[in-house]
Amino acid sequence: MMGDLVWIFFSAMVVNNFTLMLFLGLCPFLGVSGRVETALRMGAANIFVLTITAVSVWALNTFVLAYAPYLRLIAFIIVIASLVQIVEMVIKKLSPVLFRQLGIFLPLITTNCAILGLAIFQTNRGYGLLEGLVFAIGAGAGLTLALVLMASIRESVDLGDVPEIAKGTALVLVIAGSLSLAFMGFAGLLSSA
Amino acid sequence: MKKEIAPAELHCGAHGGAPVGPRRATTPGEDLLRGLWRENPVLVQLLGLCPTLAVTNSVANSIVMGLATFFVLLGSSFLVSSLKRFVPNAVRISTYVLIIATFVTVAEMVLQALVPDIYRALGPFVALIIVNCIILGRQEAFASRQPVGRAVLDAAGMGGGFMIALLLMGSIREVLGSGSFLGVSLFGPGYEPWVIMVLPPGGFFTLAFILLTVTWLKRRRAAGASARAMERPDAVAAERAA
Repeated sequence: MMGDLVWIFFSAMVVNNFTLMLFLGLCPFLGVSGRVETALRMGAANIFVLTITAVSVWALNTFVLAYAPYLRLIAFIIVIASLVQIVEMVIKKLSPVLFRQLGIFLPLITTNCAILGLAIFQTNRGYGLLEGLVFAIGAGAGLTLALVLMASIRESVDLGDVPEIAKGTALVLVIAGSLSLAFMGFAGLLSSA
Repeated sequence: MKKEIAPAELHCGAHGGAPVGPRRATTPGEDLLRGLWRENPVLVQLLGLCPTLAVTNSVANSIVMGLATFFVLLGSSFLVSSLKRFVPNAVRISTYVLIIATFVTVAEMVLQALVPDIYRALGPFVALIIVNCIILGRQEAFASRQPVGRAVLDAAGMGGGFMIALLLMGSIREVLGSGSFLGVSLFGPGYEPWVIMVLPPGGFFTLAFILLTVTWLKRRRAAGASARAMERPDAVAAERAA
């Protein structure tokens, strides 16, 4: 049981990294990966929302959607959107400092495909509450890892001598491809586990 | 007078895509055609990159994904434009998302019934059409403030542009990565496939290459236009006025 959980965690974090292997959550990956500090904050916000999503998706699946499976997508997207809104209000009330630090990132997470992707994976694989939680934290850690790696590389490349035409998204995509190549090495974990 | 609606803070365009909106009056023909190339949602506006990278490892997957997105975009634009009088401003985004989610559910069920193999290969990405920025972006920027006919034309153009981008990616990746097109082998048994192209890194590299080409084309055209303007300023001014 414990081994399973550890495996779910590392599988979500590196082997099937959401950003670099499954292409989920690319918008923040390309958009806010300019600086390490911002990337870390975005990652933290993501882990937070992923975790509460996992809990609510488990509740939805157990208590509601068992009776109406065709409402799955509609229910997920409504719950995620309202959840983010509620969390935003609660944080604003309880900790204005944290609210300011997360800033615009919190509402933007609603339209992040990583969140809905997590909900769908969790449903398709039939994860329970504990497995879902571990999966969410692993996926969030993977997103943060990818964001921070990307941000550190971009900070150094900023000063590099890049051809004018390749600056911007094309350069970021090439870096992402190289990172993705490196992450493919983790697939070896699968056979040894 | 029509009330000005503040654009939603969709983060989708945050990574440098050109902002696109009805800044000036456009003709119906332009509505349809601009999405195909000049304002292509993927190649120019850099929206909807997740599916563009994730499902384009074969031409068949690209076509099915393109068709599903096209259907959802067309249906939601039609409905959003028809209902625009009845949707309160404060809950408009939630309403759009609900409409989109309904069409995605329909698309998902149809694909599951008609092409179960490809549906499995696409994995969660059919459901993720809901959070495709192209669709929500078009509702907010165009369908919610234009008559039904033009909203449908615009949706068809943007959906077509998305399909073009997917097909481009899918063709490059399948030909190089599997040595085939639509599953038909092209180069015979002696061909050693460039496997990395159908794996995740290949998606990033292919898109980077396509974007480089698009930038290069745009630069060349801009340079040509300014050269013409240097030679014959009157003619260009007349052309612009026409």
